[in-house]
Amino acid sequence: MSTHLKMDEPDHRRRLDHMAQGIIGTGMNRPDGKAKVTGTAPFAYEVQPEGMAYGVLVRAAVTCGTLKHVDSDKVAALPGVLAVMHGPKFLRNPAQGTADKAPVQGSEDIAYWGQPVALVVAETFEQARHGAQMLQLEIKAKSGQVDPETATFETPEKKQDSQGDLDQAMQQADFTVDVTYTTPGHNSAAMEPHASIAAWDGDQLTLRGSYQMPNYNINELASSLGITPEKVRILSPFVGGGFGSKLGIAPEAVAAALAARELARPVGVALSRKQVFEATMRRSESRQRVKLAADAQGQLTAIGHDAYVSNLPDEDFSEPVTQATPFTYQGENRVIGHHIARVNRTCAGSVRAPGESIGLTVLENAMDELADVLAIDPVEFRLKNIPDKNPTSGLPFSSHKLAEALRTGRDRFGWDARNPKPGSCREGEWLLGMGMASAVRVNILAEARARVTLSPGGEAHVETDMTDIGTGTYAILTQICGEMLGLPAEKITVSLGDTSHPRGPGSGGSWGASSAGTAVFLACEQIRAEIAKKLDADETDLSFKDGHVIFENRQTPLTDLIDAAITIEGHVEPGKTMKDVTQATYGAHFAEVAVNAVTGETRVRRMLGVFAAGRILNEKTARSQCLGGMTFGIGMALTEELVHDPRHGQIVNHDFAEYHLPVNADVPQLDVVFLEERDDYANPMQSKGIGELGICGAAAAITNAMFNATGVRVRDYPATLDKVLAGFEDGC
Amino acid sequence: MKTFTYSRAESQSDAVQSAQAGTAFIAGGTNLLDLMKLEVMTPDHLVDINHLDLKRIEETADGGLRIGALVSNSDLANDMRVRTSWPLLSQALLSGASGQLRNKATTGGNLLQRTRCYYFYDTDTPCNKRTPGSGCAAQGGFNRIHAIFGTSEACIATHPSDMAVALRALGAKVEILRNDGEVQKVPLGELYRFPGDNPEVETILHPGDLITHVLLPAPLGGTQIYRKVRDRASYAFALVSVAAIMRLQNGKISTARLAFGGVAPFPWRVPEVEDLIEGQAPSPALWTQAADLLLQDAKGQGSNDFKIPLLRRTLAAVLEQATNGADI
Repeated sequence: MSTHLKMDEPDHRRRLDHMAQGIIGTGMNRPDGKAKVTGTAPFAYEVQPEGMAYGVLVRAAVTCGTLKHVDSDKVAALPGVLAVMHGPKFLRNPAQGTADKAPVQGSEDIAYWGQPVALVVAETFEQARHGAQMLQLEIKAKSGQVDPETATFETPEKKQDSQGDLDQAMQQADFTVDVTYTTPGHNSAAMEPHASIAAWDGDQLTLRGSYQMPNYNINELASSLGITPEKVRILSPFVGGGFGSKLGIAPEAVAAALAARELARPVGVALSRKQVFEATMRRSESRQRVKLAADAQGQLTAIGHDAYVSNLPDEDFSEPVTQATPFTYQGENRVIGHHIARVNRTCAGSVRAPGESIGLTVLENAMDELADVLAIDPVEFRLKNIPDKNPTSGLPFSSHKLAEALRTGRDRFGWDARNPKPGSCREGEWLLGMGMASAVRVNILAEARARVTLSPGGEAHVETDMTDIGTGTYAILTQICGEMLGLPAEKITVSLGDTSHPRGPGSGGSWGASSAGTAVFLACEQIRAEIAKKLDADETDLSFKDGHVIFENRQTPLTDLIDAAITIEGHVEPGKTMKDVTQATYGAHFAEVAVNAVTGETRVRRMLGVFAAGRILNEKTARSQCLGGMTFGIGMALTEELVHDPRHGQIVNHDFAEYHLPVNADVPQLDVVFLEERDDYANPMQSKGIGELGICGAAAAITNAMFNATGVRVRDYPATLDKVLAGFEDGC
Repeated sequence: MKTFTYSRAESQSDAVQSAQAGTAFIAGGTNLLDLMKLEVMTPDHLVDINHLDLKRIEETADGGLRIGALVSNSDLANDMRVRTSWPLLSQALLSGASGQLRNKATTGGNLLQRTRCYYFYDTDTPCNKRTPGSGCAAQGGFNRIHAIFGTSEACIATHPSDMAVALRALGAKVEILRNDGEVQKVPLGELYRFPGDNPEVETILHPGDLITHVLLPAPLGGTQIYRKVRDRASYAFALVSVAAIMRLQNGKISTARLAFGGVAPFPWRVPEVEDLIEGQAPSPALWTQAADLLLQDAKGQGSNDFKIPLLRRTLAAVLEQATNGADI
């Protein structure tokens, strides 16, 4: 049996507020937590079948060119080497998120330094790695385009938007800013490197991989191999972080599958950290020009946001930098520009909140600059400019908590203690400052299915190919099921990341919890209805708690009411509520920093994030998501940068020694506050995506605080000490 | 990783005798193993020296310390004698790497760690240090972490150690058991070579030569400061570092010892700068003169140009801090 909902109407029933179990929203520990911290949750490369051979990918070390010859014989003769493979089915780069089909394929055409063009398979990992190192490739190099700034930019019509007259508004306004910021490329930097193990049973392929979206990956893998999806099963029960880099099927999966078929034995291929940097996805660097105009009262009249990004040829994705600019602030004149350079660099794709994480950040820097010009408090300036409906589309907002987040944050952080005059607070060598920024992220509901089985023993089992990428899916699906069916967590098992289960939404775009959760919610609601039938009651008159059903003051054990397992598949599809209203999550970031007056080193002293994302399904995992986002904000503000060689375009700093993520010592006390919210338009649980909100705008709070501390504006991210020093030396 | 053979040395003489060209000693392995996995280093044979009796810190007759080459960075940093009388060394050690790495890394290995030049680590790019004669990709490439002193046409790499910078300021020597059985004591500064035309040769050690000890002279006293400036608060190599030992007498600087990290192929020391300072009264003008002298031959490579003003500012701040109220 199944139950289906197309989300065409808001659901004002708020059913989860009227359930009895009391498990939803609590900070319940993850059911998978103990296995993860004790190293017993098997990650993709750790379930190695008997007889598995090891494959190591070989890269092309040219910017651009044609693979003419692979000198396989010498390497094939090395001890333990089983095969040297290359060919038209090898992936040039991973599929983009939700692509649902193969990306560009073929070893012959080389489009970037680091493209995996061959695979060496051997009996041991060490033999394969040595073989890969020794493999000689004959490549005819061609001249490539490595620098986006000297490339010709495409300006696709459908990605531009304009209303009113920006130029005239800029000329007539009392106060304006017109600033250009640059942001560098980023790597997702998931702890678990990408890995796949492929095994064939006849024409049936099982691939155990580290993937965020098996529901799409199954079609991408099948399409890459030229087989039907029915012949493919993907297993991805535990994923050691994804952050966008594991959205689409990647070169190692296809290479492993090809090699396993060729050798008729299982083959595992894991990427080295260097290969993760070079051959998965990068966030595009960006150049962003923001124009803002305001009247003397601080009302915005115009917003211009032009974004310049890059990607390989033939890639549809381009970093959606301006995603939140159309609706975040009021202003009747508005121009959105989007420009894409085609370059020979590692493929650009989704990394940690594509769009807002860098686009909103720069918009929030520009807002801070204009507030400074206006001599108005930055919080007040934002409060003055919150629109009452989407200023671009004219649509109403489903729910809007930005003002409350700003006010709550201002009070909790002690913002009033901030001296608005830059450089006015000093503690020894350290210049102190405070900054803030709004947080905004679009909210999405994705199609999802999940199957819930309630057994006669009163235990529930949830199945979907949705994943838990460290985000807490196992926990929140347990909680939704437990709340709806009145079961404690220990009576519920959740099975994820297996394409033999119903299709989930995949983890990405912050939509996983709400979408997969709604599918579970719907299935459970129908199970309740089935049980109600047995009592000849209306489902809404029943109370489910601790394995009992309470009806008309009578408490009946659930097990007395079920003679055979009840299995329901819940299915949700996005509908009119995604189009009739504007749905987004909101928040506010506050940061205090210390900048060293001698060296320009910046240390974040404390941060506060106030967030509203509808109903919070698990207070602890939601908080962890936000802490992670804020930590990535510290990285974006101060340290993280993919550096490309100016001559060949390759990523130079391809390890964690030189790609600087924030370490513990960089991350101070971070506080997270959630606002109560129910968004009836989002889904029947009134929840919204929380995974990416924490990074959106976080870096701007820090760099705005740096300006308050020093009077130096670093407009080229990350704000490393050399750029701060340049500001000092310029006499600031 | 290229296939290699392995043996365990039972004695120092066994170690040096079983070594020849193509042999590498392995102790903590924190750098060597990474380099072997990448085939940046491809020794044919590893001699494991972890079982040698070189894990002790002994007091010497002249009031100094004799530190076994296998003493871990953690143990050395936390030795109460070091913390009390050679605090510069403890500070430098604790500013480097991470707790886990310091537990594994050894005193001898720390001195002989290789550069962190990005291109040295990538076997598909030219690097004279890795593949002599292939060229230097760092010049004209990205060179944020590279040297401003002591570079050559062939190489602009830095030595990444913090410990060695402190040791150089402290006037440490290394005790070497030569391959032929001779024992030599060499000032740390003389262990290292300028890159010149053959940057692949980084020290005066020949195949089979083993660093057995580091010798610290009697405590210099004074105020000792190791200041490391880096891109994040921990677990990053120095962009620049300054090791300073300063003593004041009657308002004048009686002793000045300075060494610099992150700026040269080995821990950098310019005796003329110390001579300039000694005998003078502390003053911002003096710090400027010292920085002028130190930096007169500094040469930026593009992405590391900022190291010149950064070192100037950091040196002045350290000298000020080290002399402020430190009169004895």
